[in-house]
Amino acid sequence: MPEKRIVLKNCGVIDPRRIDTYLQQDGFKAWQKASAMTPEQVIAEVKASNLRGRGGAGFPCGLKWEGARNAPGAEKFVICNADEGEVGTFKDRYILQNDPFSLIEGLAIASHAVGARQAYIYLRGEYRFLLSQLRGAIRQAKEKGFLPHVDIEVREGSGAYICGEEMALMESIEGKRGEIRYKPPFPTTQGLWQMPTVINNVETLMNVAPIILNGAAWFNQIGTERSKGTKVLSVSGDVAKPGVYEIVLGTTLKELIVDLAGAKNIKLVQIGGATGRIVSASMLDTPLAFETMLSAGAITVFDETRDVIDIVHRTMEFLAEESCGKCSPCREGCGIIVNILERFIKGTATPKDITTLEQLSSAMMLTSLCGLGQAAPNSVVDSLKYFRSAYEERMKKVEVVAR
Amino acid sequence: MTNKTTTLSKNQKLILTLLQEAQQKTGFISEEAMVGIAESLGISRSDVYGVATFYSFLSVQPQGRNVIRICKSLPCHLKNGQEIIESLEKQLGVKPGETTPDGKFSFTLTNCIGECDQAPAMLINDDVHGNLTPDKIARILKTYK
Ligand SMILES: Cc1cc2nc3c(=O)[nH]c(=O)nc-3n(C[C@H](O)[C@H](O)[C@H](O)COP(=O)(O)O)c2cc1C
Ligand code: SF4
Ligand code: FES
Repeated sequence: MPEKRIVLKNCGVIDPRRIDTYLQQDGFKAWQKASAMTPEQVIAEVKASNLRGRGGAGFPCGLKWEGARNAPGAEKFVICNADEGEVGTFKDRYILQNDPFSLIEGLAIASHAVGARQAYIYLRGEYRFLLSQLRGAIRQAKEKGFLPHVDIEVREGSGAYICGEEMALMESIEGKRGEIRYKPPFPTTQGLWQMPTVINNVETLMNVAPIILNGAAWFNQIGTERSKGTKVLSVSGDVAKPGVYEIVLGTTLKELIVDLAGAKNIKLVQIGGATGRIVSASMLDTPLAFETMLSAGAITVFDETRDVIDIVHRTMEFLAEESCGKCSPCREGCGIIVNILERFIKGTATPKDITTLEQLSSAMMLTSLCGLGQAAPNSVVDSLKYFRSAYEERMKKVEVVAR
Repeated sequence: MTNKTTTLSKNQKLILTLLQEAQQKTGFISEEAMVGIAESLGISRSDVYGVATFYSFLSVQPQGRNVIRICKSLPCHLKNGQEIIESLEKQLGVKPGETTPDGKFSFTLTNCIGECDQAPAMLINDDVHGNLTPDKIARILKTYK
């Protein structure tokens, strides 16, 4: 039973423009239950559910909420991260398009738990076509009296991948350039305008209402030991049926991309987009879970006709463009890697280039300021591990003989 | 927070919003618009300029009436993205980064726009167009004034 709909249960069922269709599917029942509970009780339930953040890092959601609730601050904020800029990800768009109400209900519960009177949804500029429907959904929830405690404002991004990173995102909401802030302090103690702030991915918040309604014990029955619940995944590339799939955590990569999405002659899979990992076809039995490999759930499949170096080169080009430029390991490193990869494409690379790629990658992973730079060399490192011959074949012939 | 810093940071918050509004209204952010925003918020011009130039959707150069952003990221690339980009280039008669002489279209390459399930994809202004083919592009372009 690899597919199971918890997060997507209303998608295609309700009319995303009409709240009454949502109310017919038990909409806002979880909010009613939560509002009769104390914030501490709500947090205890979410903690007990073991819900982990769906935005990439897998941080326990309840702990994050508790941190912000307990931190001193005149005001508190909850932010929904709908920036979804990772290459190959479109699940949050699908959710926003089909069921904005569950997200709003999750935000309402989160704001009650944290004690926030202001919440934001940070929507990437590319998703502007969803803006009026989303604002309409908020307005209807308000009119129905489901948001007595909090104002939800949609803020728009303007085409910057780095603004999906929580610190850059908060800078952007504050109206500034989306540059990284140093951590610590973490957002839960000093986030938006230095106030305690919870920032959660769209999909994380989508899990909140079902957990409150059905209880933590129910949620704990689904998934693996360390990854509870389901995961919504965006599958693209060389598959017969690209699209959004919701699977029970622990389902294998093969069940997803072969059985469900119809992939054939697989050469490699990139899991987690540009900052994600590359796995070879021999690893399709890997279960998809936080303890193995998951990230935000971009799954791009490449068949045997694809060129590994080209894939890594395009990945690094993306990161070089999107690096915010604040710290030098990432700013310079991404560009240098792109140049080296171009030598492999032209056939002018030397064995020294492989050594440089390896040394530079580990330096970037260790010294970059944020997750972008730290994860940027992943595709280089993984491809050198599983597809080293692809690099060796492209080196200058003479030099190979000389050694 | 003192009252003064609160007002300042609340004003700061408006920079990006006001820039986005200017962009929506006139298709780009003129120098006068930036000076106006700086003065109305009591914030330095360089701060406003800094924000305006950070975000790829904000443009300090005049743009065509319609802005085409076609995706060049990997999932689109796998679905003949390069061919589609070249076809669009040919149909428009301009290169990426340029505007057609009649001022109708600006054309840029962009990274993943979150429509990879209907790759190859592009945005024209706020509209999404997916599963592109050369013929489909020709039909789509006709619907813009
Ligand atoms: C470069 C970079 C880009 C990111 N982009 C996103 C994004 O688009 N959406 C998202 O939810 N999280 C993104 N994250 C993760 C966020 O920083 C943050 O961990 C997440 O929003 C927390 O929510 P969660 O705990 O519910 O997962 C990104 C992180 C990095 C380093
Ligand atoms: S790692 Fe890259 S994106 Fe992150 S702060 Fe440094 S330059 Fe910016
Ligand atoms: S790669 Fe083109 S839309 Fe995602």
